[in-house]
Amino acid sequence: MTTTTPAAPPAASTAPTRRSPHRHAPLRDVATMSRREARRSIRSVDGIITAFALPVLIMVVFVVIFGGAISGGSGSYIDYVVPGVLIMCLGMNSATAAAAVAQDMTSGTIDRFKTLPIFSPSVLWGHVVASVVRNLASAVLVVLVALALGFRPDAGPAGWLGLVAFATFAIVTFTWISAVLGLVMSVDSAPSLNMLFLFVPYLSSGFVPVETMPDWLHGFAENQPFTPIIETVRGLLMGNLETSTLLVACAWLAGFLALSLVAGSLLYRRRTAR
Amino acid sequence: MNPPMIETRGLRKSYGHHPVLRGVDLTVRRGEIFALLGANGAGKTTTVNILTTLLRPDGGTAAVAGADVVREAATVRRRIALTGQYASVDEFSTGTENLVMMADLAHLPRRAVRRRATELLDRFDLADAGRRKVATYSGGMRRRLDLAISLVADPDVLVLDEPTTGLDPASRSQLWEVVRGLAADGTTVLLTTQYLEEADRLADTIAVLADGQVAARGTATELKTLVSGEHVRVTFDDATSLATARDVTFVGMPGLDGAETDHRTLALTIPSIEPVRTIRAVLDRADAGGLAVSGVSVVKPTLDDVFLALTQQPAHQPAPEAAR
Repeated sequence: MTTTTPAAPPAASTAPTRRSPHRHAPLRDVATMSRREARRSIRSVDGIITAFALPVLIMVVFVVIFGGAISGGSGSYIDYVVPGVLIMCLGMNSATAAAAVAQDMTSGTIDRFKTLPIFSPSVLWGHVVASVVRNLASAVLVVLVALALGFRPDAGPAGWLGLVAFATFAIVTFTWISAVLGLVMSVDSAPSLNMLFLFVPYLSSGFVPVETMPDWLHGFAENQPFTPIIETVRGLLMGNLETSTLLVACAWLAGFLALSLVAGSLLYRRRTAR
Repeated sequence: MNPPMIETRGLRKSYGHHPVLRGVDLTVRRGEIFALLGANGAGKTTTVNILTTLLRPDGGTAAVAGADVVREAATVRRRIALTGQYASVDEFSTGTENLVMMADLAHLPRRAVRRRATELLDRFDLADAGRRKVATYSGGMRRRLDLAISLVADPDVLVLDEPTTGLDPASRSQLWEVVRGLAADGTTVLLTTQYLEEADRLADTIAVLADGQVAARGTATELKTLVSGEHVRVTFDDATSLATARDVTFVGMPGLDGAETDHRTLALTIPSIEPVRTIRAVLDRADAGGLAVSGVSVVKPTLDDVFLALTQQPAHQPAPEAAR
């Protein structure tokens, strides 16, 4: 027996009643989990870099370094590329949820959450809410930097509001996909998910027009989800959004979101740590 | 007799074609410290995962505080708390933040959340570390915080899956003391361990799990009587004395037929039902025969002996059952 042994005092006075009075509190659960994820983002150097430094650097690289060569000197490339950079950054930033979920799976934290009488999707929704807040802050920064570099959008108030709504929809979907993949990926492989969000947008109309790509890429580039998603952002910023583009983009996002919600709730129930 | 807080009957679980649990029966009473002892792969964690609603059994039943773990999982979750094999605390949060989060998830009244966190930090000797990030904590501190987190909602049943794996001896006995205190306050504790000493020192009742079945169950003392009784060990100064004792002086003494001779340590180990009587006989006969004995001691069986005896025999043999 050691002398450092703490005495075990009698049962604690503020111990809650054994059967908690508030049986269901899904909103409180989601709020608690969101605070947890926000804390994780803010305190991780990696998270801060991915959320704020990387988007700004990508914007600067495309506009200042590649911009001249791509557009042949006229300054208008920035107006073309901002939507692509924006969506790419939102995707990469959302992908960090995969690493966070994988980490929780490995540490056994998810097991503990699963043994609690809480609203179980709140664990994954916490990632989503925190991600929306982080991403919108990051998007504001990206747009401000773009404006400073000479970006001149034509969007009116309705366009900007529409952009916030559409970006939120995209962030929610990207984060859900990432969180679900985090349930099945290892801690080592989960961070590589952001490569998907980094490279797939290149094969869209986000950075150069599809017509300038080799023929064999046209089919993929024109029909992959990032093209309508980026075109929707471009349309909202430039005030020339086509309804059909918006509908296709929303269909892609809704489809991925529905799939992730179903897969997420199934996998969350089945998977245990270790 | 108070009602069982944990009861399993014929619990079965397989992964693919590999059976992990092959009919586990457990009964844990209120306020008891119950140890599930077994080697790696014996099925300890699988049992824990079923009891804490993480895993569905393939067959059999399991109930916690009278609630079925499959049909009434939500009720079970309100009564049970799990401290897993790895301290599952958030590294990026402080001790206080971890506790506040769990108090929120336990749906404590908002004004009670902070108070409960402070109280538990005090109770587990972590008051000074409450504002520090868990990343700076030692292994022992993490385990204590982990345990504190489990207790936020004041569970009836606390499940500890290998709670002291990887802890240094001082932290280990400190944790044992905390667990004893909890049981004294009426919390039922189910712990898994592969350390015999831990089961011996801490548990009221031990079930030895081998190959997916309960190979034996009882108090540590009861289990020890299963393998063999006690022994009296007599040591001599030289090999001649040892041989004389065995072949001449002690002949006719009860238990001598089953005695083991160890020529390296010059010891004669005699099985004995009544060690005191055997010691007296040894000394009397040595005196009478003019034989020099250098030492006499009573050797009690350890849980190690029980464990080895039980886990080396095929598990499909009927489980020897100690008095319950």
